[in-house]
Amino acid sequence: MEHHYYNPEDLKKFGSIAEWEGNLAKKFFDWYGDVFKEGDLTAREKSLIALAVAHTVQCPYCIDAYTQDSLEKGATEKAMMEAIHVAAAIRGGASLVHGVMMMNKAKKLSM
Amino acid sequence: MIKSLHARHHQLADQQRQREILENGIFREGRLPKFERKIAEAGHPALMPGELEIVQVNVGYMCNQVCKHCHVDAGPDRQEIMSRETMELCLNALAKNKIRTLDITGGAPEMNPHFRWFVEEAHRIGVSEIIVRSNLTIIVANPRYHDLPAFFKKHGVRVCSSLPFYNAGKTDRQRGEGVFADSIRALNMLNDVGYGRPGSGLVLDLVYNPVGAFLPGDQRQLERDFKLELKSHFDIDFNNLFTITNIPISRFLDFLLESGNYDDYMEKLVNAFNPAAVPGVMCRNTISIDWLGNLYDCDFNQMLGLGIDARVKGHVRDFDSVELKSRKITVSQHCFACTAGAGSSCQGATA
Repeated sequence: MEHHYYNPEDLKKFGSIAEWEGNLAKKFFDWYGDVFKEGDLTAREKSLIALAVAHTVQCPYCIDAYTQDSLEKGATEKAMMEAIHVAAAIRGGASLVHGVMMMNKAKKLSM
Repeated sequence: MIKSLHARHHQLADQQRQREILENGIFREGRLPKFERKIAEAGHPALMPGELEIVQVNVGYMCNQVCKHCHVDAGPDRQEIMSRETMELCLNALAKNKIRTLDITGGAPEMNPHFRWFVEEAHRIGVSEIIVRSNLTIIVANPRYHDLPAFFKKHGVRVCSSLPFYNAGKTDRQRGEGVFADSIRALNMLNDVGYGRPGSGLVLDLVYNPVGAFLPGDQRQLERDFKLELKSHFDIDFNNLFTITNIPISRFLDFLLESGNYDDYMEKLVNAFNPAAVPGVMCRNTISIDWLGNLYDCDFNQMLGLGIDARVKGHVRDFDSVELKSRKITVSQHCFACTAGAGSSCQGATA
């Protein structure tokens, strides 16, 4: 093992996952390519969603890739930060909304 | 306002130094293939011209702006200005060789004292298309330029203007404080005389280039975004948006080196090499002329001092389109910017 878990150079080698399982890799990369094509959502909107999800899953490779991709697609820095706030709000909200579950349980248990 | 590399006696003001950087480093070490090898693999042992359609005349490096990415290293402190005599030679060459398009660039070409005469004469001798690459802010820089939109209209000029983004933040970071607001004023003035308005026949194109070390996105989608934003916020109309990839020379090269982005940017350009973009590169249908009348394969080669094939006559006084067609185009590693992704040229994407 290297002295660190993440290496920026590894992002460029993403395609090499096909070496050990070509068929599934091909299916994944073909599907991946189609996912990011313009549909009802623009390519820029999809890139911003990817950027937000990248922060949610806290993947450094994805953050690197979709910061660049968002800039290339013409997103403003403000839009990029707004997207991350959406991710953060959902993460924070997801914890807080479970507070209702806690309250339900506590109320049931309590006199 | 920052000064040009030239005025600062910066090492990159030296063309030889720039050429050395592009030939050495990651390319000499073999970590990245050179452009010549890459196009050979794509079936072009040499890059040869097609039909000559455009003569791009750089009438001088003087400019009212000092943009951070400028490949010309233009600015108010640059004194190189094309003389009227050299312009006459250009006009003779255009007429004799039946060139369809005259593309006038700079610097801010309007600052050349003979600029209007040059456009009038080109119009008079019947050049089919005259393009002026205007930086927009020159139109509002001084009252003596306020009538430029009317002048352009009178001579049927196609106006092509840089606007790297549809908001002030990104635009001003690249082109200088207040440039976006002045550009919007100038676009309004161009629209007022009919430029870019539907049905006017007066063409106003915008040029987008990335504000940083990344590639331009899809030209069609960016054009749609620009049209929507500029129309809804400023009631601005324009015809086409051309995406241009930043070329790693001069001030953009300085930015890449200073910010530690050079190796990654070059790798990105090389990895994005698109063989389908090679046939459409602009050096195949364009000749560039500098303020002294010297010929080059493109404006970028002009700035690098990369001369035209020594086997052909290299000055506008001897301009011969038949002979020029036999030349081999001079290339270096900066050429990867024109073949990356969807390709890049003064007319936008090429593939």
